[in-house]
Order: sequence, then structure tokens, then C-alpha cells
Amino acid sequence: MDLGQLFAIIVGAIFVSNFVLARFLGLCPFVGVSKDSDSALGMGMAVIFVMTMASIVTWFIYTYILVPLDIVYLRTIAFILVIATLVQFVEMVIEKVSPTLHKSLGIYLPLITTNCAVLGVAVVNVNEFMVTDLPVATSFIYTVVHGLAAGLGFTLALVLMASIRERLELVDVPESMRGIPITFIVAGLMAMAFLGFSGLKVG
Amino acid sequence: MRPLGELVKGIYRENPVFRLALGLCPALAVSTSVENALGMGAAATFVLLGSNITVSLIRNFIPAKVRIPCYIVVIASFVTTVELVMGAYLPELAKSLGIFLPLIVVNCIILGRAEAFASKNTLGISILDAVGMGIGFTFALTLIAAFREVLGDGKLMGYMVFGPRFQPVLLMILAPGAFITIGLLMGYFNVLDARMKKRKSEAEEKRG
Repeated sequence: MDLGQLFAIIVGAIFVSNFVLARFLGLCPFVGVSKDSDSALGMGMAVIFVMTMASIVTWFIYTYILVPLDIVYLRTIAFILVIATLVQFVEMVIEKVSPTLHKSLGIYLPLITTNCAVLGVAVVNVNEFMVTDLPVATSFIYTVVHGLAAGLGFTLALVLMASIRERLELVDVPESMRGIPITFIVAGLMAMAFLGFSGLKVG
Repeated sequence: MRPLGELVKGIYRENPVFRLALGLCPALAVSTSVENALGMGAAATFVLLGSNITVSLIRNFIPAKVRIPCYIVVIASFVTTVELVMGAYLPELAKSLGIFLPLIVVNCIILGRAEAFASKNTLGISILDAVGMGIGFTFALTLIAAFREVLGDGKLMGYMVFGPRFQPVLLMILAPGAFITIGLLMGYFNVLDARMKKRKSEAEEKRG
């Protein structure tokens, strides 16, 4: 494990292959919860948390259950069930431990189960860090860092989008383009800007 | 009329992508070429059909509280089937669909149809609904892909459309092209819708 590689993973997940704008994951919340920046931030925090947790849990499931038992082909079923349970569990724990946090994150948590970015990060982790012959510890650290960074990238895109949409409210958009269509056009322009990062050579 | 209506509604009136804004991630991600779009559409239609049939058959046995996890397991089983079959017989297509093949599990169209339709309706109508929605999804994907492939690559299904001097708009194949294409298409469908409504109300005025 070297720090340069770690840095490359972080920058890669946040900017170069941003989950929303380059990998097209998690578009439903991106379009649905980006109407004001407060709820966008809340959703973003919930996603960062769940993505990191999901990365950790799916790493253990894959490395210590699926691979030894030679049932790797069941990973989709295993991952989606684990993620759905995890989200439920996290919601219950947060409700018990910190009611204030639950108040601000609570409504977003159930939505996350069907957020394809969470399952997406688990699958990308498997493809990039688990099927390759990395040492166990390295593979674990890369997976966790990638999960965290992917969540940060999602939040960045969501919060940027929300602030743009707040301003769009005041603009005279053609009637047929109001709502989702103009959001996609804006997302296209943002994706164009993020494309600039793809020239970045890190590590 | 009703069975036919269930089949047709998914194609335009309740098109999952353009009208309901569901299943957006695969619609944008795999629409770089018409071939990928058709492959993804077929895979999703198969899963949709399988899950609608199964859910409609077992809808009276599932306790309401655990219905969503049950649906997810059903859907995930069909997705795994598609993954294995496609990996064995069409490895290249499976490779170009990449992570979006396992991600059919979280495609909101499929869970949405299981929850909103198949869990409340009999087998026959659920099958029609699944086929209609599947065709609608495939249609949306193919439409987006056609624009992106023709403009971004100068080809359609691998055949050259323009002459050799055509300069492809690389942007359309890249991520921004997908967002802009779907935004403009949705806007266009809104215009069509408004026009249709206007015509209908004018016709009613004449009659009334």
C-alpha cells in the first residue's frame, strides 16, 4: 500500500469518475432531493455514512463468506440484502443514540436502500480492489477509502446541483423545460466541467 | 380495451424513463450505442417479466410488512440469472454493460412495478404490464442511444450514417451528452404533451 495510490483513489472517486456525473449512479436522489441545499446536504451526509458502512460490510461478506464458500455468483443477492438490512439497522441505531441526528437524516435513510450508488460502490469495490491480488489489509483500506470518497463525490455533486437549482427558481425557463428537463441540462454542463478533471494524472 | 391499455401505456403515456423519471441511471449510462441499449432493454425486460410473474403469483402469501425484502430477493434472483446467462453466451455485451448488469436489482422501474402493479393484479395483466413497461424502457434507451451514437460516433448499429468526412461530436458519447440528450428529449415530450392536450380541449369545445 502506498499513499500515492490512496490519494489517486480519493481524487478519482470525488472528481475524475464522480459517481453522479461520470458514472451515472444515484441519479434518482440527484434529481429528486436537489431542490434545496439543506436537504441536499442532509441526504449527502446520509449517503456518505451508508456508503462507507456498506463498503466495509460488503468487503467482509465478500472476502470471508462468498470467496471461501465459492459462491461469488451470489454477490448481487448477498449485497442487496446486506445493504437493505444495514440501512434499517443504521436507522434504528441513530434513532436510539441521537434523536436530533435522526430528525435531520431520518427521512433520507429509507430512500437510500434503492439508491443505486450504494450497491454500485460495493460492485465497483469488488471489481477494482477484491478480484485483484492485493494483500488483504491493502484491499480493505482501499475499499473503505473508496467508499468514503465516492460518498463525498456524490455529496459534492448533489450540493452543487441544489445551489444551482435554487437560483434557477428565479429564472424564466421555457415552460416545457421546467423541472426535470432543465435539471438534466444543468447536470450536462456540470458533467462537462467535471470532464476537465479527467486530464488529471495522479499517483 | 383494458388489457391492451395495460400493454400500451408503458410505451408512451406512462413511459418509465421520460414520463415517470424512473430507471434513469442505466438509461444514461448504457446508451452510448444502440446495441448496448437493446441489450440492456432486453435484460431489464426479462427481469421485469420474471419479477412481475412471480410477485403476482405469490402476492397473497407475502405478509405486508416484509413484502419489499421479498420483492428484492425475487428480483435479485432473476438478475443473477441474467448475469450468468449473459456472461456465458454474450460475454462482450456483458462486459460493455459492466456494473449496470448487477445494478438492474436497484432499477426503480422493476421494484416500482412489483409494488404498484403486480402485487395488486392478476397474472395475465401483470405480464402485459411487464411487457409494456419493458418495451417502453427499451424504447427510451434506444432513442437516447440513437441520438448519441449517430452524433457522437457517426454510426448507427455499427454502420456509417454520414460520409467519411463527418466529424463526430465526441461530447455526445461522453457523460455530458447523455444528460443533455435526455434533458432535451424530456422537454420535447412535454411540448408534445401540451400540444396534444390543447388539441383535445379544442376538439371538445367544437363539439360542446
